[in-house]
Formats: sequence, C-alpha cells, structure tokens
Amino acid sequence: MTTTKTPTVATRKLTYVKAFNEGLAQAMREDENVFVAGEDVAGYGGVFRMFDNLLDEFGPRRMIDTPISEAALVGLGVGAAARGLRPVVDLMFMDFIGVCLDQIVNQAAKMKYMFGGALSVPLTITTASGAGLGAAAQHSQSLEAWLAHVPGLKVVMPSDAYTAKGLTVSAIRDDNPVVVMLNKVLLGSTSEVPEEIYGIPLGQAHTARQGSDVTVIALGRMVGEALAAADELAAEGVEIEVIDPRTVQPLDTETMFASVRRTNRVLVVHEAVTFGGLGAEIAAQIQDAVFDYLDAPVLRIGAPFSPVPFSPVLEKAYVPDRARIAQGCRRLLERS
Amino acid sequence: MVQKAPRKSAAKTTHQASAQVIKDLHERMVRIRLFETEAGKLMEAGKLPGFLHLYVGQEAVAAGVMAALRDDDQITSTHRGHGHAVAKGVGFREMYAELYGRVTGACLGRGGSMHINDLTRGMLGANGIVGAGVPIAVGAAFAARYKGEDSVAVTFFGDGATNIGAFHEGANMAAILGLPVVFICENNGYAEFTPQSAHMLITDVADRAAAYGMPSVIVDGMDAVAVHRAATEAVERARAGAGPMMIEAKTYRFYDHQGVKGLRHPYRSDEEVAEWKSRDPIDLLETRAVADGTATRAELDDVWRRTRDEIAEAIAYAEASPLPDPADLLLNVYSG
Repeated sequence: MTTTKTPTVATRKLTYVKAFNEGLAQAMREDENVFVAGEDVAGYGGVFRMFDNLLDEFGPRRMIDTPISEAALVGLGVGAAARGLRPVVDLMFMDFIGVCLDQIVNQAAKMKYMFGGALSVPLTITTASGAGLGAAAQHSQSLEAWLAHVPGLKVVMPSDAYTAKGLTVSAIRDDNPVVVMLNKVLLGSTSEVPEEIYGIPLGQAHTARQGSDVTVIALGRMVGEALAAADELAAEGVEIEVIDPRTVQPLDTETMFASVRRTNRVLVVHEAVTFGGLGAEIAAQIQDAVFDYLDAPVLRIGAPFSPVPFSPVLEKAYVPDRARIAQGCRRLLERS
Repeated sequence: MVQKAPRKSAAKTTHQASAQVIKDLHERMVRIRLFETEAGKLMEAGKLPGFLHLYVGQEAVAAGVMAALRDDDQITSTHRGHGHAVAKGVGFREMYAELYGRVTGACLGRGGSMHINDLTRGMLGANGIVGAGVPIAVGAAFAARYKGEDSVAVTFFGDGATNIGAFHEGANMAAILGLPVVFICENNGYAEFTPQSAHMLITDVADRAAAYGMPSVIVDGMDAVAVHRAATEAVERARAGAGPMMIEAKTYRFYDHQGVKGLRHPYRSDEEVAEWKSRDPIDLLETRAVADGTATRAELDDVWRRTRDEIAEAIAYAEASPLPDPADLLLNVYSG
C-alpha cells in the first residue's frame, strides 16, 4: 500500500533576491496596509531587482518612487506607521543610514515608548549590506552593531534565500521597526524556498549544523562561510556547530549558551569591523553566562579596523572567509 | 540685528472673523498662556525636572492654526511644544503630570516636557530633535490619503529648523507627492540664542517654499485672527487635494530659549523684547474684541478665571499622582 503526502515544503530553489521579492509580494497581498517607498523601487524595480514586477501588480498607490531623501523617506514611514499603515522603506545601500539615522534612532525606535505605549511603529526598513562587490568604502559596510545598540529597533540578517523570505515576512508583520539587512553578495545565491507565505520567528537562532567540538556563531553571509569551513574541518575529524542568530536584535543567546555547554569553545564571526562589533557583545554575554563551560577564551573574527577597500585583492583580504574561520577553530582546539 | 515686529495692520482682519472664532482663539491663547506661566513658576520653584521651553508670546500661532483644524487632523510639533498640545486639546492633567514625571503623564513619565503627545487628539508629538517632525507629518498625510481619509497634517517648526535637512527633504517630499501637509514656520527670530541674521541670509523663511514649488504666505504671528485666516485657507486647500503650503508667522518668545530665569548672556536688547511685548497677542485680541463689541471685559476675565481654576486642579492632580514604578523600567520599549 502506498500513501500520498502533500509536500509542505517545496523542493524548488529560488535566489535570495527572488525569495525576498516573493515574501514582500505575499505580505502585500496579505495586508492592504503594506506599501513600499524608496528610491527607484517602483518604475525601475530596485537597483538590486529586489522590487521587480511589484509595480505591475500593486500599482503606484502602493509602490512609491521617492526623491533621494533618506531622512524624509524614513520619516514618511514613521508618520505612516504611526497612523496605522505598515510601510516598507528601502534604503538601497546600508551606508546611507548615516543621512537618516535621526529618523531611525530618535523617531522610529522611540515613538512607542514616548507615546506611553499608545501606538506602535510597524515600519520595515530594507537595505543591502556587506562587501564583496568592489563597491568600496561608502557602499559596502555592515553596520548592524550601530542599530542593534538602539532600544526599540529590531535587526535581522538573512543568511540565505529561505531566511530572506521568512525574515522579511516576519519583519513586515512585526509591530516594531525592523531593519532587514540583505547581503549583496548573497543576492544571487539559491536555496530551497517554500512557495507559500511563511514567517521566521524574530529573535530565534537557528542551528545550521550540529557539531561537538566548536560553536561558530556566524552573522549573515558568514553563515555560508562557516558551513564551508565546517566541511573542511570535518575532513580533519573536527565537528563544528554553526549557529545562525538570524535576528541580531533581539539576540537569542539561550541557543548559543546551550551550544557552548556542549562544545566548550566559541568563535564569533561577522563581516563588520571587529572593534565594537556584535562579536564583542556575544563574547561578553557568553562569558557572563557560561564561563565555567569554556575551555578557551571566546574568539572573534571580523574585519580589520579600516574602511572597506576597493581593490578586489584588498577586499578579499578584508572580509573574513572560510579559511580564517577554519583557522580560528583550529586555534581554539589547540588550547586544552 | 534687531528683530522688527511686523507692521501689518490686523484691524481689518478682526472684522472678518466671527465672534465665535474670536472667542475660540482667545480661549486657546489664554489656556496656553496660563499653562506656560504656571509651568514656569513650578520650574522656578524647583518642582520640575528637566528642561522647559516656554511658548509664551507665540500663542497666536498655535491658537490660530489649531482653530482651523479638526480633531482627526494630525500635527507634529517642536521642542517648544506645550502651546501646540494645549491648543490641539491635550488635557492639562496629563501635561502637568508629564512635566512632573508622574506615571499619569502623557508619556507615562517617559517623555517629559519635550515629548508630549496624544494620539487621541492628533498630536503626533513634540520632538526633541529640531526639524524631525517635518517628515513625520508628511508620513501622516501620506497615510490619510492612502486610507482615503480627508484629514490633513500640520507640521510646526522654527526658523532655525529650516536650516536642517529634514525640513528641506520633507518639504520636497510633500510637494512631489502632493500631500495634504501645511507647513507652519514659527519665526521667532532666534535659533536658540542665535539671531536669524546669523544663521540665514534671507529675511523671509517663506522664500524657501518657492524652491519646492509650494505656495507660501507671511502673516503677523502676533495676530491670531490673521494666523487663523491664513491657516484656514491652507488647510482647506490641502484638504481639497491641492497639496502642501507654507505659512510663515513672524512671532516672538517672551521668555528665554529655555527656562524662566532669563538672560545669562543677553542676546536680545531690552528695547527689542519690550517692543514685542507691547504687541502681546492676547492683549491685542482682547483690546480689539472689547472695542468692537465682540466680547465684554467680564466675559474675557471669566475665561482667565475658569482656566486658572482648571490649571490649579490639574497641578494638584499631577502632584498627587504616583511616580512611575522602577520595576516597569522596560515598559513599551517594544510592541509585543
């Protein structure tokens, strides 16, 4: 006798950027109050094709091309969110947040608090972060630590197509301001993505690979590098556990602590500059909570204290990669 | 440079306002004046924490504009926001309680003087950041149009705020999107302690509207009737879908930039202050109202008396209100 099962997960693969686009479109279909505003998002479909075809389906009422005015753009989102809409505003390159940081930090993040809880600010800010395209120092940064430091904001960093869709949907459904940091290098990468709309819970880490020897906590694009390093180390008989926080604010430290209790060694890796980066925060929290389980100090890997360079050879040396992660794990294991 | 009081005659405009409007403007101005002078006394007595930016002298602007608005119209305000809140109908009790840092305050004691807001009155917040309310009002107007409502948004800002990017970005955004926003510049001649002549080379801030294709008008900001007439036109225009407009009201603050003690560094001459005080907006309106038979002195005095009673009760309420519980320190940082 044979049984037939309806597959709940599609086996089709989708690119990261198409997965984002699909999640956004489904969220717009789900809720009439969702609209998108940004530079080149409507007529052009976004410089990274993030918004392709959305103008055709949703029209100019819900897809709005704005002037290059990031402060007014985020402010538009704050005011509209305060009045009950669920705006998605796109900042194109993350580096541009410098020109609208007031609206993000002093307005969006604090409004609910300042209003004594009388309203919420369901604003989603999408942006592309990260190095690797030769876009140089003003178009390549990973500034998650700036944002994660601000009470009232949430920050998500999708590491693959599946999480790009699910985290975007959750960000739009969330009643708080959420910054979705898409990674530029990952835009064309593919993974299996269900066709139906789904949200990935914010604030829940995902164990991307189980292992017993070292816990590697990797943000954004570094998840893929860590998984590649894991394959390399497995050939040497070393099993590393890879944790993808997915959301860096709020940060799921419990999943990390549980892993540390099993492996006793931790490496944190991110694309951002190491100094003052989230690796420092994660290391501090681990040492505070599970110090007695550590067989070695928490190791951090990130970018050197420099703007992102242009020349490909320099940029390659700048961003952490699988080799550095594998090397870091070996160093941790050398300490008894 | 001495700020010259505008010489525009307002006698003509008084005749164009109904007795009902005159009385409405008068009551709104008296409510602001008494709220502010009593708050100043409380500050001087050391009863209030934080900063206090008094609005006294500028009452004609808030009263004139707010009398042209409906309850569902939205406003964004400045760090000198008490007058706007009072004129929009926010209650004395929750305002004084907020100045005292009590849990019954408009922000549950989390905001203080510079952040009073009231969603039920369309008061989208005083704002500690100069110019930041401008794009938020644009967003509120966007939401109104998106939802098919005919409410308008009004943003108040000072002369100094028109040197900040958010003002220019917001003005252009409102203009290009054709949104129902009314821009009210309260030009009191000083950006904190710096005279207008030291921070811009133009005499009339209204000139800046032309850069965005936005009509503008200059009014005597000491004449509530003149302000009301201009605001009514601008609001009706915006409500009818004709887009944003700017009103520059030339006005003056009788107290210092902050606090009540006054001039540690005399940046305004006694003659200048006296000249403006001789055109006290409440005196002007009362004198004319009595002269032309719109109101009797006894009727006007009754407004002062009733308001004094209401304020005394509100202050007693605030002083008797409980302080916030430190156990609730994290309240309303996030939704959900």
